[in-house]
Amino acid sequence: MEIFVQQLINGITLGSIYGLIAIGYTMVFGIIGMVNFSHGDVFMVSAFFALIFFLVLTQWLGVSSVIVALIIVMVISMILTGLLSWAIERIAYRPLRGSFRLAPLISAIGMSIVLSNFIQVAQGPRNKPTPPMVRDVYTLWDANGYAVTLSLKQIIIIAVTIILLAAFWYLVQKTPLGRAQRACEQDRKMAGLLGINVDRTISLTFVMGAALAAVAGTLFLMYYGVVHFADGFAPGIMAFTAAVLGGIGSLPGAVLGGLLIGLIETLWGQYVSADYKNVAAFSILVVVLIFMPQGILGRPEVEKV
Amino acid sequence: MAESSKAAAAGPDFGKAAKDALLSGIIAFALFGPLVGLRTAQNMNNELVVLNELGKALLITAIVVAGRFLLSAFVFPAIASRGKKSKAILTPEEVAAASARTRNVSRGALLFLLVYPFLMVLIFGVQGSIKWVDNFGIQILIYVMLGWGLNIVIGLAGLLDLGYVAFYAVGAYSYALLAINFDLSFWILLPLSGILAAFWGMILGFPVLRLRGDYLAIVTLAFGEIIRLVLINWKDFSGGSAGISSIPKVTLFGIKFDASPEGFAKMFDLPMSSAYYKIFLYYLILALALLTAYVTLRLRRLPIGRAWEALREDEVACRSLGINTTNTKLTAFAIGAMFAGFAGSFFAARQGFVSPESFVFMESAVIVAIVVLGGMGSMVGVAIAAVVMIGGTELLRELSFLKVVFGNDFNPDQFRMLIFGLAMVATMIVRPRGFVSARQPTAVLFERKAISGDLVKEGHG
Amino acid sequence: MSTQNRWENDPILEVQHLTMRFGGLVAVNDLTFRAGRGDVTALIGPNGAGKTTVFNCITGFYKPTTGMLQLKHRAGGEWLLERMPDFKIAQKARVARTFQNIRLFSGMTVLENLLVAQHNPLMIASGMTFLGVLGIGGYRAKEKEAIERAKYWLDKTRLMERADDPAGDLPYGAQRRLEIARAMCTEPELLCLDEPAAGLNPRESAELNQLLLGIRETEGTSLLLIEHDMSVVMEISDHVVVLEYGTKISDGTPAEVKSDPKVIAAYLGVDDEEVETVEHQLDVLTGEAN
Repeated sequence: MEIFVQQLINGITLGSIYGLIAIGYTMVFGIIGMVNFSHGDVFMVSAFFALIFFLVLTQWLGVSSVIVALIIVMVISMILTGLLSWAIERIAYRPLRGSFRLAPLISAIGMSIVLSNFIQVAQGPRNKPTPPMVRDVYTLWDANGYAVTLSLKQIIIIAVTIILLAAFWYLVQKTPLGRAQRACEQDRKMAGLLGINVDRTISLTFVMGAALAAVAGTLFLMYYGVVHFADGFAPGIMAFTAAVLGGIGSLPGAVLGGLLIGLIETLWGQYVSADYKNVAAFSILVVVLIFMPQGILGRPEVEKV
Repeated sequence: MAESSKAAAAGPDFGKAAKDALLSGIIAFALFGPLVGLRTAQNMNNELVVLNELGKALLITAIVVAGRFLLSAFVFPAIASRGKKSKAILTPEEVAAASARTRNVSRGALLFLLVYPFLMVLIFGVQGSIKWVDNFGIQILIYVMLGWGLNIVIGLAGLLDLGYVAFYAVGAYSYALLAINFDLSFWILLPLSGILAAFWGMILGFPVLRLRGDYLAIVTLAFGEIIRLVLINWKDFSGGSAGISSIPKVTLFGIKFDASPEGFAKMFDLPMSSAYYKIFLYYLILALALLTAYVTLRLRRLPIGRAWEALREDEVACRSLGINTTNTKLTAFAIGAMFAGFAGSFFAARQGFVSPESFVFMESAVIVAIVVLGGMGSMVGVAIAAVVMIGGTELLRELSFLKVVFGNDFNPDQFRMLIFGLAMVATMIVRPRGFVSARQPTAVLFERKAISGDLVKEGHG
Repeated sequence: MSTQNRWENDPILEVQHLTMRFGGLVAVNDLTFRAGRGDVTALIGPNGAGKTTVFNCITGFYKPTTGMLQLKHRAGGEWLLERMPDFKIAQKARVARTFQNIRLFSGMTVLENLLVAQHNPLMIASGMTFLGVLGIGGYRAKEKEAIERAKYWLDKTRLMERADDPAGDLPYGAQRRLEIARAMCTEPELLCLDEPAAGLNPRESAELNQLLLGIRETEGTSLLLIEHDMSVVMEISDHVVVLEYGTKISDGTPAEVKSDPKVIAAYLGVDDEEVETVEHQLDVLTGEAN
């Protein structure tokens, strides 16, 4: 029981990070029907932004409050990652819009290779460990010698995720930008005819997805205290799995999927086999797609004859 | 016309170009400034510190500014005015000329491939030829073969398979395990590996082939990863991440390529060199690749091949004509997998060592990229793409002399995949339909006409 | 209704109590009708009446919620279509169809389109591919036969000159004809045409009528068509079934249906433009008949 609760907490923490990344996949897929393959690597780059600016703030500028540093770092990382994603969309995807369906996918795979190898060249191939940023751990209860703990890191991750999701939800549901996005999702051509700047809406979708990925990247760095140039692939795939599981195109679905994948990964690792936890997540992806291709909260696709 | 000539007469718009360049410069500095200019590294105390390398970042920014200025001022206007003169759609004559050209090119290429090892021996000597035959010849041909195999699945049947490397792994491990445990020869295991891979193709294909579009791509990706993860974790079976080593080599009718008295070198009274084995392997993979090409060409002219292409064009129409689309997809999947299996067993025999490291997702991505860059369905295009992408990046390994320019820290190998990725993106932007996009018809009544790529669909799977 | 009609005596297709629901929407509601062997049966009705849904049920693209669809061949075979997957319906029950928004293999040549239609017999001739790859067996001869059959239909649909052009390059009317030729290459007992005259000019439309009547004459194929163009319906059909909101409101010869007050009301109930065209067409036809 205690172990279960502990794993539940760990799973929700991991799931929050996946959920934040998954939103980027789901929004881009919703609006232009493209699997943005480089999104996982954008997430990885955002963690590097966070790392670099965290070191600059604490070592060069002497900022002593970790929380203040983290907030500044997160904002900078969101801005820069958004800019990066905007540039990628502008260079590698926009010229291919409306052409051959596989072209953007290949371009995205190429971009993913470019990003991870660029970081390898620019920042070196080694792991980048940071000193622990937030150390506080609270013991929730202690039973039979097993203490169920909740760390401040976990509280921060879950709280930041909830706050940002609420803000994001408001943005998509209640603002003209969100309305434009939903219109473009339905019918891009018609939205364009009605005076919506389709290119800008799509660009902003990429930027928003990237900004949330940057939040995830900063939290990831804080949680694990280490980042590596190849760290984009696995979380990227897991987050994509989450987006599909929740129903691709659906924002609440992405978050729900993220939480489920996080829980499955930790619980499977605890109770079944730590070696095969990724196999479990992939198997679930396969099973879901085969038997429930619309995901949990997605709309079913009707074949038109 | 009048407008474009007027624009050309007015000369490049330097003001706009300067503005574009400035904007690009700001963005480039914002991104490269931290990522390149602030390098994180561990100091003597194993603490992570930031090193100031802003000079490098400024250099890159300057390159971006200059590049963007040139693009805005000269390249884009040139493309725009050329685009006005000739539309992207080719006339039938142009398409016909292009197809005649491809035919001649492929004949010449075949001849070149047949004499390639001897040319290399002549130019670089027996020992010096090893690198050219092995790193270039064999390496490229493996990817040509994989590209041709996957071309059946993606290019003909229109099913986007992102887990193709799994079947390559099945072939490699089949050969490795069966050769070590049962002491069977390569020539028995080669077909067996192909059959096993095809069998796996069917098993994995059966549940997933009713999925459409990107979902199929993702499920195949997941299957590919599952197979790799199982190979890593099931240590008793596959040796885990350490892999399997000392896999038996291929023999030529029982003649071994080693230093023993019965070995190839002694038998023909040649000085001992691994070059002969490499040349033998070269011809082996060439034969396997040509077999793939031959079978594909035959299949295209058979009902199954036409059904694949019809499936790519319109699945619903196929069903309305009584075509069992599940079986048709499954055959495409299985035959594609079979060729990957052949290539896999060759790979294991050539390396003498297999590990899950060789079958990561990136390999699948590279093969898919070769197929798409080549132009889906075009065998010549796929071969060209494999030569350019694999040969080109192998060439980058040869750039060590640049150390003289960039200092000893410069490692051209690191830039290999970076440039590979950039090339992928650039090719897609310049030629989204790949190098060779025209399609050759499989049956002709009066006159053979190539079909412009704009009409050919890319499939829903 | 008289019992002299072919659809009563010798139906090729019997639709009984066919219902198709999509969630809460009832697209077809308890529909029962028969299509006579050798007849041209027209399924008409206002937009959204469920005509294409009926077609999709007959050709297996939708599984009906309830109901029975029975098909009887000249040679005596009987098939329950609602129990068969779509490709089996085309392959075994020999029902071919065309689509409202033309579905050709646009990147393949006209000839290739017609060869794909003969997939199943050719597949057997190629020894399920195994013998074909090795180049043994009588595949070459069979392929020649298939090309001959394709030429026969190319000739009938006046597409011979375009045989080696990609299907996507053909003008609209030719694409419609090619779709019919392709369906006929499967040698169907029943040919279902979903708005074959849509988008055709009057001359093309008249040619289409000749083509369809010719098919019935020489091949003995029964035709089932959905059509909005009343001139086509009235000119070539032997039997008309009228649907509205998924229910049958009239069933009989063109003359009977034309004077059925329910049919007139159904068409009056739609938007004015359509009623005008229908009335106009009916007037023209009655005038011609007189």
